[in-house]
Amino acid sequence: MTIDTLVVPAAMAVAAGLVGCFAVMRRMALAADALSHVALPGIGVAMALHIHPLFGAAAMLFFGALLVWSLEDNSRIATETMVGVIFSAALAVGSMMTSGEDLIDALLGSPGALSWPEVMFGLVAAGVVIGFILWRKHALVLALVSPDIARTTGVNVRRLDLIYLEVFALTVALGLRFLGVLLMGSLIIIPAAAAKRLSNNLNQMLTMAAVGSLVATLTGSLLAEWLHRETGPLIVSVAAAGFVLTLAIPHRPRRARGS
Amino acid sequence: MTTDTPRITCPSPPLDAPGQERILDVEDLSVAFDGATILTNINFGVPRGASLAIIGPNGAGKTVLFKALIGSVPSTGHIRWAPATRLGYVPQKLDLARDVPIAGLDFLRARARTAHVPEGSIVEAVAMVGLASKTVNLPIGALSGGQFQRLLVAFALAGQPNVLLLDEPTAGVDEPGQERLNELVARLQRERQFTVLLVSHDLPVVHEFATAVLCLGRGLGQVCYGQPREVLTQDLLARLYGSRVQFHLHDDH
Repeated sequence: MTIDTLVVPAAMAVAAGLVGCFAVMRRMALAADALSHVALPGIGVAMALHIHPLFGAAAMLFFGALLVWSLEDNSRIATETMVGVIFSAALAVGSMMTSGEDLIDALLGSPGALSWPEVMFGLVAAGVVIGFILWRKHALVLALVSPDIARTTGVNVRRLDLIYLEVFALTVALGLRFLGVLLMGSLIIIPAAAAKRLSNNLNQMLTMAAVGSLVATLTGSLLAEWLHRETGPLIVSVAAAGFVLTLAIPHRPRRARGS
Repeated sequence: MTTDTPRITCPSPPLDAPGQERILDVEDLSVAFDGATILTNINFGVPRGASLAIIGPNGAGKTVLFKALIGSVPSTGHIRWAPATRLGYVPQKLDLARDVPIAGLDFLRARARTAHVPEGSIVEAVAMVGLASKTVNLPIGALSGGQFQRLLVAFALAGQPNVLLLDEPTAGVDEPGQERLNELVARLQRERQFTVLLVSHDLPVVHEFATAVLCLGRGLGQVCYGQPREVLTQDLLARLYGSRVQFHLHDDH
């Protein structure tokens, strides 16, 4: 176990769990999943230009998040339709630009050692994501409950939305190496969805999502190494199994009695 | 409203005592979105410590006026808040997912942190609205309508505001709860010289608490502005609400 097989995936997993909490509460699970697809054409272009695929993916994700943000001002249905069309098209175009082993790795994540640039990017990006969520969780809660209330407390809701979406995009970029463009969205959403079912307050949810994501990532990675399979499908399978287990735990938020 | 309803004009009465500072000035305020005009040429001023009631039928733009005042919807004209104004906004109703694991305390703490006020002000605010601490620890989706409304008022108070914007704060709250909220607001005004802007359908409450009243008519814009006992005539209410004013007088929906 070294920094690239343990520390970087662990940091990525915690970041994904934390970011996912607000994605699930904002009901943007589908948009979030689709957004990760936009990385594929970026990987294709980067490979064609012989630069690191991560740069291409990160650039495309940056613009993808900007697009979701600019669409959010319009009506909800238009946003979902546009997100569905544009990001599926990105997946289609990206699939034509890459092929063979490279395509499978880009879609599902690739096993093997990380390069030093990947390690550095992983640690810095995870630090930024985790730091942002912990630092801005109060403003995010206000914007979630009521954007109007948030504005009266001095929160710039539109700007916060944009930064959140870019942090989300950064989280996707962070996980691409391990889970690929098809499955990274799932690692962000599934542990948070399970945590949402089980928790009664924000800190419980953030903690459970981070721990769930961490356990799924490390268990899935070990299984992948052991079975000589792609890492992404195993990580997401473990996460999904965990989610199904939480369904067996009866959870009813206690109703308020009296005052 | 059809065009055959005459525009009602009221003389603008001298609501300010000489030399009294205004905490809010609104001039020629208009709001339009998606091509539809919601409010046109709204003019009023609120002296510090006053309580302004905003009345009018559903769809007259009362909530939109509040949203314009807090800068949540784009508007034209002038809105001037006095320096060092701290707003406490209690919205009409929230379209909130009931299953979100955010406790009342998370919500209040978020207010204290973003407004940079001490956490002690949360405890004080919760006590003021009469919520039990175990209630505040529940997810907000598990609260009853009245409890949630009180949580929203506590939230506004936790930011240590000097202006309260209350958009039908007693909607969906039972009779004793309504009285308690009204008394709380009146007490805050007495003891802390709060300025209050209140959207209400409850005309007796308006008569009792408000120092000034602003009437908005559906499709009519600003219909009156003045002291309640002077402007709230049967004739004006009939025009404002249509012919069924007698029901509206006692109906606090």
